[in-house]
Amino acid sequence: MNFKTKLGLGILAFFALLAVIGEWIAPYDPSAMSDDLLSPPSGAHWFGTTMTGQDIFSQVLVGTRGVMVVGLVCGVLATFLSILVGVTAGFLGGAADEALSMLSNIFLVIPALPLIIIVASMLPSADTVLIAAVISLTAWAWGARILRAQTMSLRRRDFVEAARASGERTWRIIVFEVLPNLLAVIGSGFVGTVIFAVMLQITLSFVGVISLSTWNWGTILFWAQSNQALGLGAWWWFVPAGLCIALLGTALALINFGIDEYANPRLRKVRA
Amino acid sequence: MTFLLRRALFYLVTLWAAITANFLLPRLLPGDPVQAMITKLGGRLNSDAMASLYVLFGLDENKSIWEQYVDYWASLVRGDLGLSFTFFPTPVADVLSQSMPWTLGLVGVTTVIAFLLGTLLGVYAGWKRGSWMDNLIPITTFLSSIPYFWLGLIAISLFSVTWPLFPASGGYAPGLVPEFSGEFIGSVLEHAVLPGITIVVSSVAGWILGMRNMMVTVTAEDYVLVARAKGLTQKRIMFAYAARNAVLPSISGFALSLGFIVGGALLVEMVFSYPGLGYVLFQGIGAKDYPLMQGVFLVITLAVLVANLLADIGYLLLDPRTRREG
Repeated sequence: MNFKTKLGLGILAFFALLAVIGEWIAPYDPSAMSDDLLSPPSGAHWFGTTMTGQDIFSQVLVGTRGVMVVGLVCGVLATFLSILVGVTAGFLGGAADEALSMLSNIFLVIPALPLIIIVASMLPSADTVLIAAVISLTAWAWGARILRAQTMSLRRRDFVEAARASGERTWRIIVFEVLPNLLAVIGSGFVGTVIFAVMLQITLSFVGVISLSTWNWGTILFWAQSNQALGLGAWWWFVPAGLCIALLGTALALINFGIDEYANPRLRKVRA
Repeated sequence: MTFLLRRALFYLVTLWAAITANFLLPRLLPGDPVQAMITKLGGRLNSDAMASLYVLFGLDENKSIWEQYVDYWASLVRGDLGLSFTFFPTPVADVLSQSMPWTLGLVGVTTVIAFLLGTLLGVYAGWKRGSWMDNLIPITTFLSSIPYFWLGLIAISLFSVTWPLFPASGGYAPGLVPEFSGEFIGSVLEHAVLPGITIVVSSVAGWILGMRNMMVTVTAEDYVLVARAKGLTQKRIMFAYAARNAVLPSISGFALSLGFIVGGALLVEMVFSYPGLGYVLFQGIGAKDYPLMQGVFLVITLAVLVANLLADIGYLLLDPRTRREG
Protein backbone atom coordinates (compact mmCIF):
# COMPACT_ATOMS: atom_id res chain seq x y z
CA MET A 1 0.00 0.00 0.00
CA ASN A 2 1.52 3.31 -1.00
CA PHE A 3 1.41 6.67 0.71
CA LYS A 4 -1.48 8.03 -1.35
CA THR A 5 -3.74 5.13 -0.42
CA LYS A 6 -2.81 5.39 3.26
CA LEU A 7 -3.54 9.10 3.23
CA GLY A 8 -6.93 8.44 1.64
CA LEU A 9 -7.80 5.76 4.20
CA GLY A 10 -6.64 8.05 7.03
CA ILE A 11 -8.88 10.92 5.97
CA LEU A 12 -11.80 8.55 5.46
CA ALA A 13 -11.31 7.07 8.94
CA PHE A 14 -11.23 10.60 10.39
CA PHE A 15 -14.60 11.48 8.83
CA ALA A 16 -16.05 8.11 9.83
CA LEU A 17 -15.04 8.85 13.41
CA LEU A 18 -16.64 12.29 13.19
CA ALA A 19 -19.82 10.71 11.86
CA VAL A 20 -20.05 8.64 15.03
CA ILE A 21 -18.90 11.09 17.69
CA GLY A 22 -19.68 14.41 15.93
CA GLU A 23 -22.92 14.91 17.78
CA TRP A 24 -21.29 14.41 21.20
CA ILE A 25 -18.22 16.58 20.70
CA ALA A 26 -20.04 19.46 19.03
CA PRO A 27 -19.61 22.44 21.38
CA TYR A 28 -23.07 23.89 20.65
CA ASP A 29 -26.48 22.79 19.45
CA PRO A 30 -26.15 23.34 15.67
CA SER A 31 -29.63 24.85 15.40
CA ALA A 32 -29.46 27.00 18.55
CA MET A 33 -29.32 30.71 17.93
CA SER A 34 -27.12 33.06 19.90
CA ASP A 35 -26.22 36.73 20.10
CA ASP A 36 -22.96 36.33 18.16
CA LEU A 37 -24.43 37.24 14.78
CA LEU A 38 -22.30 36.56 11.71
CA SER A 39 -19.03 36.65 13.62
CA PRO A 40 -15.80 35.48 11.94
CA PRO A 41 -13.88 32.47 13.31
CA SER A 42 -12.73 32.95 16.90
CA GLY A 43 -11.79 30.93 19.98
CA ALA A 44 -15.44 30.56 20.98
CA HIS A 45 -16.64 29.73 17.47
CA TRP A 46 -13.88 28.00 15.50
CA PHE A 47 -15.65 28.33 12.15
CA GLY A 48 -17.59 31.50 13.03
CA THR A 49 -21.34 31.89 13.24
CA THR A 50 -24.28 32.30 10.89
CA MET A 51 -26.67 35.17 10.41
CA THR A 52 -28.75 33.92 13.36
CA GLY A 53 -25.75 33.17 15.55
CA GLN A 54 -25.61 29.40 15.01
CA ASP A 55 -22.20 27.80 15.48
CA ILE A 56 -20.89 26.62 12.09
CA PHE A 57 -18.28 24.27 13.59
CA SER A 58 -21.06 22.37 15.36
CA GLN A 59 -23.10 22.27 12.15
CA VAL A 60 -20.20 20.73 10.25
CA LEU A 61 -19.58 18.16 13.01
CA VAL A 62 -23.22 17.14 13.35
CA GLY A 63 -23.70 17.19 9.57
CA THR A 64 -20.95 14.64 8.96
CA ARG A 65 -23.20 11.76 9.96
CA GLY A 66 -25.88 12.49 7.37
CA VAL A 67 -23.25 12.64 4.63
CA MET A 68 -21.52 9.42 5.64
CA VAL A 69 -24.76 7.48 6.11
CA VAL A 70 -26.01 8.38 2.66
CA GLY A 71 -22.63 7.53 1.16
CA LEU A 72 -22.53 4.14 2.85
CA VAL A 73 -26.15 3.16 2.20
CA CYS A 74 -25.93 4.20 -1.45
CA GLY A 75 -22.59 2.51 -1.87
CA VAL A 76 -23.97 -0.79 -0.60
CA LEU A 77 -27.30 -0.63 -2.47
CA ALA A 78 -25.88 0.55 -5.78
CA THR A 79 -22.96 -1.88 -5.66
CA PHE A 80 -25.40 -4.71 -5.04
CA LEU A 81 -27.51 -3.61 -8.04
CA SER A 82 -24.46 -3.23 -10.25
CA ILE A 83 -23.20 -6.71 -9.39
CA LEU A 84 -26.64 -8.14 -10.00
CA VAL A 85 -27.02 -6.51 -13.41
CA GLY A 86 -23.41 -6.37 -14.58
CA VAL A 87 -22.26 -9.86 -13.65
CA THR A 88 -25.48 -11.46 -14.84
CA ALA A 89 -25.26 -9.67 -18.17
CA GLY A 90 -21.59 -10.49 -18.65
CA PHE A 91 -21.90 -14.10 -17.61
CA LEU A 92 -25.08 -15.06 -19.44
CA GLY A 93 -24.43 -13.16 -22.70
CA GLY A 94 -26.91 -13.29 -25.55
CA ALA A 95 -30.30 -11.66 -25.31
CA ALA A 96 -30.15 -11.21 -21.53
CA ASP A 97 -26.88 -9.32 -21.97
CA GLU A 98 -28.32 -7.11 -24.72
CA ALA A 99 -31.31 -6.17 -22.59
CA LEU A 100 -29.38 -5.55 -19.36
CA SER A 101 -26.64 -3.59 -21.11
CA MET A 102 -29.21 -1.42 -22.76
CA LEU A 103 -30.86 -0.82 -19.40
CA SER A 104 -27.62 0.30 -17.77
CA ASN A 105 -26.65 2.45 -20.75
CA ILE A 106 -30.03 4.19 -20.62
CA PHE A 107 -29.45 4.99 -16.95
CA LEU A 108 -25.98 6.27 -17.78
CA VAL A 109 -27.02 8.55 -20.60
CA ILE A 110 -30.08 10.14 -19.00
CA PRO A 111 -28.95 13.19 -16.97
CA ALA A 112 -29.40 12.04 -13.38
CA LEU A 113 -29.49 15.37 -11.60
CA PRO A 114 -32.69 16.88 -13.06
CA LEU A 115 -34.42 13.48 -12.77
CA ILE A 116 -33.49 13.09 -9.10
CA ILE A 117 -34.49 16.67 -8.37
CA ILE A 118 -37.94 15.92 -9.76
CA VAL A 119 -38.29 12.66 -7.83
CA ALA A 120 -36.95 14.12 -4.58
CA SER A 121 -39.26 17.10 -4.74
CA MET A 122 -42.28 14.89 -5.38
CA LEU A 123 -41.59 12.68 -2.35
CA PRO A 124 -43.82 13.66 0.55
CA SER A 125 -41.15 13.06 3.20
CA ALA A 126 -37.50 13.16 2.35
CA ASP A 127 -35.72 11.29 5.10
CA THR A 128 -32.09 10.33 4.70
CA VAL A 129 -32.52 6.65 3.90
CA LEU A 130 -35.26 7.27 1.33
CA ILE A 131 -33.06 9.80 -0.46
CA ALA A 132 -30.19 7.33 -0.34
CA ALA A 133 -32.40 4.71 -1.98
CA VAL A 134 -33.43 7.11 -4.75
CA ILE A 135 -29.82 8.09 -5.40
CA SER A 136 -28.82 4.41 -5.55
CA LEU A 137 -31.31 3.84 -8.34
CA THR A 138 -29.35 6.19 -10.59
CA ALA A 139 -25.88 5.31 -9.32
CA TRP A 140 -25.51 1.63 -10.17
CA ALA A 141 -25.18 1.81 -13.95
CA TRP A 142 -21.52 2.76 -14.24
CA GLY A 143 -20.38 -0.11 -12.02
CA ALA A 144 -22.62 -2.53 -13.88
CA ARG A 145 -21.02 -1.56 -17.18
CA ILE A 146 -17.49 -2.14 -15.92
CA LEU A 147 -18.40 -5.38 -14.14
CA ARG A 148 -20.02 -6.70 -17.29
CA ALA A 149 -16.86 -6.13 -19.32
CA GLN A 150 -14.71 -7.82 -16.67
CA THR A 151 -17.06 -10.77 -16.32
CA MET A 152 -17.06 -11.32 -20.07
CA SER A 153 -13.30 -11.63 -20.01
CA LEU A 154 -13.50 -14.16 -17.17
CA ARG A 155 -16.34 -16.23 -18.53
CA ARG A 156 -14.29 -18.39 -20.89
CA ARG A 157 -11.26 -18.88 -18.64
CA ASP A 158 -10.24 -22.42 -17.91
CA PHE A 159 -11.22 -22.47 -14.25
CA VAL A 160 -14.74 -21.37 -15.10
CA GLU A 161 -14.97 -23.95 -17.87
CA ALA A 162 -13.72 -26.55 -15.42
CA ALA A 163 -16.41 -25.66 -12.90
CA ARG A 164 -19.00 -25.80 -15.65
CA ALA A 165 -17.76 -29.17 -16.85
CA SER A 166 -17.95 -30.57 -13.35
CA GLY A 167 -21.63 -29.70 -13.36
CA GLU A 168 -21.68 -26.73 -11.00
CA ARG A 169 -24.87 -24.73 -11.05
CA THR A 170 -24.71 -21.30 -12.75
CA TRP A 171 -25.29 -19.28 -9.60
CA ARG A 172 -22.56 -21.27 -7.82
CA ILE A 173 -20.07 -20.58 -10.59
CA ILE A 174 -20.92 -16.88 -10.47
CA VAL A 175 -20.66 -16.57 -6.69
CA PHE A 176 -17.65 -18.81 -6.02
CA GLU A 177 -15.61 -18.69 -9.23
CA VAL A 178 -16.31 -15.34 -10.88
CA LEU A 179 -17.05 -12.91 -8.04
CA PRO A 180 -13.80 -13.41 -6.10
CA ASN A 181 -11.90 -12.40 -9.23
CA LEU A 182 -13.93 -9.22 -9.54
CA LEU A 183 -13.26 -7.95 -6.01
CA ALA A 184 -10.91 -5.14 -7.07
CA VAL A 185 -13.37 -3.89 -9.66
CA ILE A 186 -16.26 -4.13 -7.21
CA GLY A 187 -14.25 -2.26 -4.58
CA SER A 188 -13.36 0.56 -6.91
CA GLY A 189 -16.96 0.73 -8.10
CA PHE A 190 -18.11 0.95 -4.49
CA VAL A 191 -15.79 3.84 -3.71
CA GLY A 192 -16.80 5.62 -6.92
CA THR A 193 -20.45 5.25 -6.03
CA VAL A 194 -19.89 6.67 -2.56
CA ILE A 195 -18.29 9.78 -4.10
CA PHE A 196 -21.19 10.14 -6.52
CA ALA A 197 -23.82 9.68 -3.80
CA VAL A 198 -22.22 12.11 -1.38
CA MET A 199 -21.93 14.79 -4.07
CA LEU A 200 -25.50 14.26 -5.18
CA GLN A 201 -26.90 14.40 -1.65
CA ILE A 202 -25.03 17.60 -0.89
CA THR A 203 -26.18 19.06 -4.17
CA LEU A 204 -29.81 18.17 -3.47
CA SER A 205 -29.61 19.80 -0.04
CA PHE A 206 -27.93 22.84 -1.55
CA VAL A 207 -30.66 23.42 -4.11
CA GLY A 208 -33.24 22.88 -1.36
CA VAL A 209 -35.13 19.80 -2.54
CA ILE A 210 -34.34 17.65 0.52
CA SER A 211 -35.83 18.62 3.82
CA LEU A 212 -33.61 20.96 5.78
CA SER A 213 -34.54 19.58 9.18
CA THR A 214 -31.44 17.38 9.44
CA TRP A 215 -27.97 18.87 9.13
CA ASN A 216 -25.51 17.89 6.47
CA TRP A 217 -22.79 19.86 4.69
CA GLY A 218 -25.16 20.72 1.84
CA THR A 219 -27.71 22.22 4.23
CA ILE A 220 -25.07 24.57 5.62
CA LEU A 221 -24.31 25.73 2.08
CA PHE A 222 -28.03 26.13 1.37
CA TRP A 223 -28.45 28.52 4.30
CA ALA A 224 -25.25 30.36 3.41
CA GLN A 225 -26.45 30.86 -0.15
CA SER A 226 -30.00 31.85 0.75
CA ASN A 227 -28.76 34.39 3.32
CA GLN A 228 -26.42 36.07 0.84
CA ALA A 229 -23.29 34.99 2.73
CA LEU A 230 -21.25 35.81 -0.37
CA GLY A 231 -22.42 39.39 -0.62
CA LEU A 232 -21.85 39.87 3.13
CA GLY A 233 -18.28 38.60 2.79
CA ALA A 234 -19.00 35.79 5.28
CA TRP A 235 -16.52 33.37 3.72
CA TRP A 236 -16.39 31.23 6.88
CA TRP A 237 -20.01 30.27 6.30
CA PHE A 238 -19.40 28.30 3.10
CA VAL A 239 -15.68 27.52 3.07
CA PRO A 240 -15.47 24.81 5.82
CA ALA A 241 -18.35 22.68 4.50
CA GLY A 242 -17.01 22.87 0.95
CA LEU A 243 -13.50 21.93 2.05
CA CYS A 244 -14.86 18.94 3.96
CA ILE A 245 -16.66 17.75 0.82
CA ALA A 246 -13.53 18.20 -1.27
CA LEU A 247 -11.37 16.42 1.34
CA LEU A 248 -13.72 13.46 1.60
CA GLY A 249 -13.95 13.26 -2.20
CA THR A 250 -10.17 13.40 -2.54
CA ALA A 251 -9.71 10.71 0.11
CA LEU A 252 -12.09 8.38 -1.72
CA ALA A 253 -10.43 9.11 -5.06
CA LEU A 254 -7.00 8.33 -3.57
CA ILE A 255 -8.29 5.01 -2.26
CA ASN A 256 -9.58 4.28 -5.73
CA PHE A 257 -6.17 5.00 -7.28
CA GLY A 258 -4.75 2.46 -4.88
CA ILE A 259 -7.28 -0.14 -6.01
CA ASP A 260 -6.67 0.72 -9.69
CA GLU A 261 -2.93 0.34 -9.31
CA TYR A 262 -3.43 -2.97 -7.54
CA ALA A 263 -5.63 -4.21 -10.38
CA ASN A 264 -3.59 -2.71 -13.25
CA PRO A 265 0.15 -2.95 -12.47
CA ARG A 266 1.01 -0.78 -15.48
CA LEU A 267 -0.31 2.26 -13.62
CA ARG A 268 2.07 1.76 -10.71
CA LYS A 269 4.71 4.37 -10.22
CA VAL A 270 7.88 3.69 -12.15
CA ARG A 271 10.92 3.59 -9.94
CA ALA A 272 13.65 5.78 -11.33
CA MET B 1 -23.22 2.43 -41.14
CA THR B 2 -24.72 -0.26 -38.92
CA PHE B 3 -22.77 1.25 -36.03
CA LEU B 4 -24.50 4.62 -36.37
CA LEU B 5 -27.88 3.01 -36.95
CA ARG B 6 -27.53 0.92 -33.81
CA ARG B 7 -26.55 3.97 -31.80
CA ALA B 8 -29.41 6.04 -33.21
CA LEU B 9 -31.81 3.26 -32.32
CA PHE B 10 -30.41 3.17 -28.79
CA TYR B 11 -30.90 6.92 -28.40
CA LEU B 12 -34.48 6.62 -29.58
CA VAL B 13 -35.13 3.96 -26.95
CA THR B 14 -33.47 6.15 -24.32
CA LEU B 15 -35.62 9.10 -25.31
CA TRP B 16 -38.70 6.91 -25.08
CA ALA B 17 -37.60 5.76 -21.61
CA ALA B 18 -37.07 9.34 -20.44
CA ILE B 19 -40.46 10.46 -21.73
CA THR B 20 -42.17 7.47 -20.20
CA ALA B 21 -40.46 8.12 -16.86
CA ASN B 22 -41.71 11.68 -17.08
CA PHE B 23 -45.19 10.37 -17.72
CA LEU B 24 -45.15 7.82 -14.90
CA LEU B 25 -43.46 9.79 -12.11
CA PRO B 26 -46.31 12.15 -11.21
CA ARG B 27 -48.73 9.21 -11.43
CA LEU B 28 -46.72 6.85 -9.24
CA LEU B 29 -45.58 9.16 -6.50
CA PRO B 30 -47.98 10.17 -3.76
CA GLY B 31 -49.21 13.71 -3.31
CA ASP B 32 -50.96 15.88 -5.82
CA PRO B 33 -49.13 19.19 -5.99
CA VAL B 34 -50.34 20.03 -9.48
CA GLN B 35 -53.96 19.64 -8.43
CA ALA B 36 -53.24 21.94 -5.51
CA MET B 37 -51.67 24.48 -7.82
CA ILE B 38 -54.60 24.36 -10.23
CA THR B 39 -57.00 24.91 -7.35
CA LYS B 40 -54.92 27.83 -6.18
CA LEU B 41 -54.75 29.47 -9.58
CA GLY B 42 -58.48 28.85 -9.88
CA GLY B 43 -60.18 31.09 -12.37
CA ARG B 44 -56.97 32.41 -13.90
CA LEU B 45 -56.44 29.24 -15.93
CA ASN B 46 -58.35 29.05 -19.18
CA SER B 47 -59.92 25.75 -20.16
CA ASP B 48 -57.23 24.84 -22.72
CA ALA B 49 -54.42 25.28 -20.21
CA MET B 50 -56.35 23.33 -17.61
CA ALA B 51 -56.93 20.51 -20.09
CA SER B 52 -53.26 20.24 -20.99
CA LEU B 53 -52.18 20.11 -17.34
CA TYR B 54 -54.76 17.38 -16.78
CA VAL B 55 -53.27 15.41 -19.63
CA LEU B 56 -49.65 15.92 -18.55
CA PHE B 57 -50.15 15.04 -14.90
CA GLY B 58 -52.85 12.42 -15.18
CA LEU B 59 -55.48 14.21 -13.16
CA ASP B 60 -58.25 12.96 -15.39
CA GLU B 61 -59.46 10.01 -13.32
CA ASN B 62 -61.95 8.78 -15.91
CA LYS B 63 -59.37 7.70 -18.44
CA SER B 64 -57.42 4.48 -18.43
CA ILE B 65 -53.66 4.74 -18.02
CA TRP B 66 -53.24 3.73 -21.67
CA GLU B 67 -55.53 6.53 -22.90
CA GLN B 68 -53.62 8.95 -20.69
CA TYR B 69 -50.35 7.77 -22.23
CA VAL B 70 -51.62 8.31 -25.77
CA ASP B 71 -52.89 11.78 -24.87
CA TYR B 72 -49.55 12.57 -23.25
CA TRP B 73 -47.66 11.73 -26.42
CA ALA B 74 -50.12 13.76 -28.48
CA SER B 75 -49.41 16.79 -26.27
CA LEU B 76 -45.66 16.34 -26.56
CA VAL B 77 -45.80 16.04 -30.34
CA ARG B 78 -47.71 19.32 -30.45
CA GLY B 79 -44.94 20.84 -28.31
CA ASP B 80 -47.41 21.40 -25.48
CA LEU B 81 -45.61 21.01 -22.14
CA GLY B 82 -48.25 22.75 -20.07
CA LEU B 83 -48.13 26.10 -18.33
CA SER B 84 -45.38 27.19 -15.99
CA PHE B 85 -46.58 28.16 -12.52
CA THR B 86 -43.45 30.19 -11.82
CA PHE B 87 -43.68 32.28 -14.97
CA PHE B 88 -47.49 32.18 -15.07
CA PRO B 89 -49.10 32.32 -17.62
CA THR B 90 -46.19 31.60 -19.97
CA PRO B 91 -46.22 28.11 -21.52
CA VAL B 92 -43.31 25.91 -20.43
CA ALA B 93 -42.20 25.49 -24.05
CA ASP B 94 -41.69 29.27 -24.35
CA VAL B 95 -39.69 29.49 -21.11
CA LEU B 96 -37.48 26.66 -22.29
CA SER B 97 -36.87 28.05 -25.74
CA GLN B 98 -35.71 31.32 -24.19
CA SER B 99 -33.25 29.71 -21.78
CA MET B 100 -32.06 26.89 -24.03
CA PRO B 101 -29.56 28.94 -26.11
CA TRP B 102 -27.81 30.16 -22.94
CA THR B 103 -27.24 26.65 -21.64
CA LEU B 104 -26.26 25.29 -25.04
CA GLY B 105 -23.74 28.09 -25.48
CA LEU B 106 -22.22 27.90 -22.02
CA VAL B 107 -22.15 24.12 -21.61
CA GLY B 108 -21.27 23.40 -25.22
CA VAL B 109 -18.27 25.71 -25.37
CA THR B 110 -16.92 24.87 -21.90
CA THR B 111 -17.30 21.11 -22.40
CA VAL B 112 -15.40 21.21 -25.67
CA ILE B 113 -12.66 23.37 -24.08
CA ALA B 114 -12.40 21.10 -21.04
CA PHE B 115 -12.28 17.98 -23.21
CA LEU B 116 -9.56 19.31 -25.54
CA LEU B 117 -7.49 20.81 -22.73
CA GLY B 118 -7.82 17.80 -20.46
CA THR B 119 -7.04 15.32 -23.24
CA LEU B 120 -3.95 17.27 -24.29
CA LEU B 121 -2.66 17.54 -20.72
CA GLY B 122 -3.44 13.85 -20.21
CA VAL B 123 -1.43 12.94 -23.32
CA TYR B 124 1.61 14.76 -21.93
CA ALA B 125 1.13 13.46 -18.39
CA GLY B 126 0.90 9.89 -19.63
CA TRP B 127 3.81 10.23 -22.04
CA LYS B 128 6.10 11.84 -19.49
CA ARG B 129 5.19 9.47 -16.69
CA GLY B 130 7.48 9.72 -13.70
CA SER B 131 8.29 13.39 -14.36
CA TRP B 132 6.92 16.43 -12.53
CA MET B 133 3.71 16.00 -14.52
CA ASP B 134 2.74 13.26 -12.07
CA ASN B 135 2.16 15.98 -9.48
CA LEU B 136 -0.69 17.19 -11.63
CA ILE B 137 -2.71 14.13 -10.63
CA PRO B 138 -3.28 14.85 -6.92
CA ILE B 139 -4.04 18.50 -7.68
CA THR B 140 -6.59 17.71 -10.34
CA THR B 141 -8.08 15.00 -8.15
CA PHE B 142 -8.65 17.56 -5.44
CA LEU B 143 -10.18 20.00 -7.94
CA SER B 144 -12.51 17.36 -9.33
CA SER B 145 -13.64 16.44 -5.81
CA ILE B 146 -14.96 19.95 -5.30
CA PRO B 147 -18.64 20.27 -6.14
CA TYR B 148 -19.20 22.53 -9.15
CA PHE B 149 -21.51 24.83 -7.26
CA TRP B 150 -19.09 25.37 -4.39
CA LEU B 151 -16.30 26.27 -6.78
CA GLY B 152 -18.75 28.75 -8.28
CA LEU B 153 -19.38 30.27 -4.84
CA ILE B 154 -15.65 30.63 -4.26
CA ALA B 155 -15.18 32.16 -7.71
CA ILE B 156 -17.89 34.74 -6.96
CA SER B 157 -16.49 35.57 -3.55
CA LEU B 158 -12.95 36.04 -4.92
CA PHE B 159 -13.47 37.59 -8.34
CA SER B 160 -16.60 39.62 -7.93
CA VAL B 161 -16.83 40.47 -4.22
CA THR B 162 -13.21 40.71 -3.00
CA TRP B 163 -11.76 41.82 -6.34
CA PRO B 164 -14.68 43.00 -8.50
CA LEU B 165 -13.30 41.86 -11.85
CA PHE B 166 -16.31 40.07 -13.26
CA PRO B 167 -20.05 40.29 -12.69
CA ALA B 168 -21.44 37.78 -10.18
CA SER B 169 -24.75 37.01 -11.80
CA GLY B 170 -26.89 37.21 -14.90
CA GLY B 171 -26.19 36.55 -18.54
CA TYR B 172 -25.72 40.17 -19.65
CA ALA B 173 -25.76 43.61 -18.07
CA PRO B 174 -29.23 44.69 -16.92
CA GLY B 175 -30.64 47.37 -19.19
CA LEU B 176 -29.16 45.95 -22.37
CA VAL B 177 -31.54 44.63 -24.98
CA PRO B 178 -30.58 41.26 -26.47
CA GLU B 179 -29.52 42.14 -30.00
CA PHE B 180 -26.66 41.49 -32.37
CA SER B 181 -24.41 44.36 -31.32
CA GLY B 182 -20.83 44.61 -30.09
CA GLU B 183 -21.90 45.96 -26.74
CA PHE B 184 -24.36 43.16 -26.06
CA ILE B 185 -21.99 40.40 -27.17
CA GLY B 186 -19.19 41.90 -25.06
CA SER B 187 -21.45 41.91 -22.04
CA VAL B 188 -22.47 38.29 -22.66
CA LEU B 189 -18.84 37.21 -22.88
CA GLU B 190 -17.94 39.11 -19.72
CA HIS B 191 -20.76 37.42 -17.83
CA ALA B 192 -19.80 34.01 -19.15
CA VAL B 193 -16.19 34.14 -17.92
CA LEU B 194 -16.69 33.08 -14.29
CA PRO B 195 -19.31 30.36 -14.87
CA GLY B 196 -17.29 29.11 -17.84
CA ILE B 197 -14.02 28.87 -15.91
CA THR B 198 -15.83 27.15 -13.05
CA ILE B 199 -17.15 24.43 -15.34
CA VAL B 200 -13.82 23.97 -17.12
CA VAL B 201 -11.81 23.74 -13.87
CA SER B 202 -14.08 21.18 -12.27
CA SER B 203 -14.57 19.00 -15.34
CA VAL B 204 -11.05 19.04 -16.80
CA ALA B 205 -9.59 16.68 -14.18
CA GLY B 206 -11.62 13.69 -15.29
CA TRP B 207 -10.35 13.98 -18.86
CA ILE B 208 -6.73 14.42 -17.73
CA LEU B 209 -6.86 11.35 -15.55
CA GLY B 210 -8.65 9.10 -18.05
CA MET B 211 -6.35 10.11 -20.87
CA ARG B 212 -3.21 9.74 -18.74
CA ASN B 213 -4.10 6.22 -17.68
CA MET B 214 -4.91 5.19 -21.25
CA MET B 215 -1.65 6.73 -22.50
CA VAL B 216 0.31 4.79 -19.89
CA THR B 217 -1.39 1.57 -20.99
CA VAL B 218 -0.96 2.28 -24.70
CA THR B 219 2.70 3.29 -24.38
CA ALA B 220 3.55 -0.30 -23.48
CA GLU B 221 1.96 -1.66 -26.68
CA ASP B 222 4.01 -3.25 -29.42
CA TYR B 223 3.03 -0.79 -32.12
CA VAL B 224 4.50 2.05 -30.08
CA LEU B 225 7.70 0.07 -29.68
CA VAL B 226 7.79 -0.53 -33.45
CA ALA B 227 7.25 3.18 -34.08
CA ARG B 228 10.18 3.92 -31.81
CA ALA B 229 12.32 1.31 -33.57
CA LYS B 230 11.53 2.94 -36.90
CA GLY B 231 13.10 6.10 -35.50
CA LEU B 232 10.04 8.30 -35.83
CA THR B 233 10.06 11.61 -33.99
CA GLN B 234 8.77 11.61 -30.42
CA LYS B 235 5.98 13.99 -31.35
CA ARG B 236 4.77 11.76 -34.14
CA ILE B 237 4.79 8.64 -31.97
CA MET B 238 3.06 10.49 -29.17
CA PHE B 239 0.18 11.87 -31.21
CA ALA B 240 -0.22 9.67 -34.29
CA TYR B 241 0.48 6.33 -32.61
CA ALA B 242 -0.16 6.48 -28.87
CA ALA B 243 -2.67 9.32 -28.40
CA ARG B 244 -4.81 8.38 -31.36
CA ASN B 245 -5.47 4.99 -29.85
CA ALA B 246 -5.61 6.17 -26.26
CA VAL B 247 -8.27 8.78 -27.02
CA LEU B 248 -10.91 6.25 -28.06
CA PRO B 249 -12.10 5.36 -24.53
CA SER B 250 -12.15 9.08 -23.74
CA ILE B 251 -14.53 9.70 -26.62
CA SER B 252 -16.85 6.88 -25.73
CA GLY B 253 -16.57 8.08 -22.12
CA PHE B 254 -17.45 11.57 -23.31
CA ALA B 255 -20.85 10.35 -24.31
CA LEU B 256 -21.51 8.72 -20.97
CA SER B 257 -20.17 11.47 -18.73
CA LEU B 258 -22.04 14.19 -20.57
CA GLY B 259 -25.16 13.67 -18.49
CA PHE B 260 -23.06 14.15 -15.38
CA ILE B 261 -21.32 17.26 -16.70
CA VAL B 262 -24.62 18.80 -17.73
CA GLY B 263 -25.88 18.25 -14.19
CA GLY B 264 -22.89 20.13 -12.82
CA ALA B 265 -23.34 22.91 -15.34
CA LEU B 266 -26.97 23.32 -14.30
CA LEU B 267 -25.74 23.93 -10.74
CA VAL B 268 -23.23 26.49 -11.92
CA GLU B 269 -26.05 28.32 -13.65
CA MET B 270 -28.04 28.27 -10.42
CA VAL B 271 -25.17 29.79 -8.46
CA PHE B 272 -24.50 32.49 -11.05
CA SER B 273 -28.20 33.16 -11.78
CA TYR B 274 -27.23 32.53 -15.39
CA PRO B 275 -30.36 32.74 -17.54
CA GLY B 276 -30.14 29.13 -18.76
CA LEU B 277 -32.08 25.95 -18.02
CA GLY B 278 -30.34 25.39 -14.67
CA TYR B 279 -31.56 28.67 -13.24
CA VAL B 280 -35.04 28.02 -14.62
CA LEU B 281 -34.98 24.62 -12.91
CA PHE B 282 -33.86 26.27 -9.68
CA GLN B 283 -36.78 28.69 -9.79
CA GLY B 284 -39.07 25.78 -10.56
CA ILE B 285 -37.89 23.85 -7.46
CA GLY B 286 -38.77 26.73 -5.17
CA ALA B 287 -42.29 26.98 -6.54
CA LYS B 288 -42.81 23.20 -6.94
CA ASP B 289 -43.42 23.98 -10.58
CA TYR B 290 -43.64 20.42 -11.94
CA PRO B 291 -44.54 21.25 -15.56
CA LEU B 292 -41.43 23.42 -15.74
CA MET B 293 -39.12 20.94 -14.00
CA GLN B 294 -40.25 18.07 -16.19
CA GLY B 295 -39.90 20.22 -19.28
CA VAL B 296 -36.31 21.05 -18.32
CA PHE B 297 -35.58 17.36 -17.81
CA LEU B 298 -36.96 16.44 -21.25
CA VAL B 299 -35.11 19.18 -23.09
CA ILE B 300 -31.81 18.39 -21.37
CA THR B 301 -32.17 14.70 -22.09
CA LEU B 302 -32.83 15.47 -25.74
CA ALA B 303 -29.76 17.73 -25.93
CA VAL B 304 -27.54 15.12 -24.27
CA LEU B 305 -28.72 12.45 -26.72
CA VAL B 306 -27.96 14.67 -29.71
CA ALA B 307 -24.51 15.44 -28.31
CA ASN B 308 -23.94 11.72 -27.85
CA LEU B 309 -24.79 11.06 -31.47
CA LEU B 310 -22.23 13.70 -32.47
CA ALA B 311 -19.60 12.01 -30.27
CA ASP B 312 -20.39 8.71 -31.98
CA ILE B 313 -19.78 10.28 -35.37
CA GLY B 314 -16.43 11.52 -34.06
CA TYR B 315 -15.60 8.01 -32.88
CA LEU B 316 -16.48 6.67 -36.30
CA LEU B 317 -14.06 9.10 -37.93
CA LEU B 318 -11.21 8.17 -35.57
CA ASP B 319 -11.57 4.42 -35.34
CA PRO B 320 -11.52 2.59 -38.69
CA ARG B 321 -12.61 -0.65 -37.02
CA THR B 322 -16.11 0.68 -36.48
CA ARG B 323 -16.33 1.62 -40.14
CA ARG B 324 -15.33 -1.78 -41.43
CA GLU B 325 -18.12 -3.48 -39.50
CA GLY B 326 -20.77 -1.98 -41.78
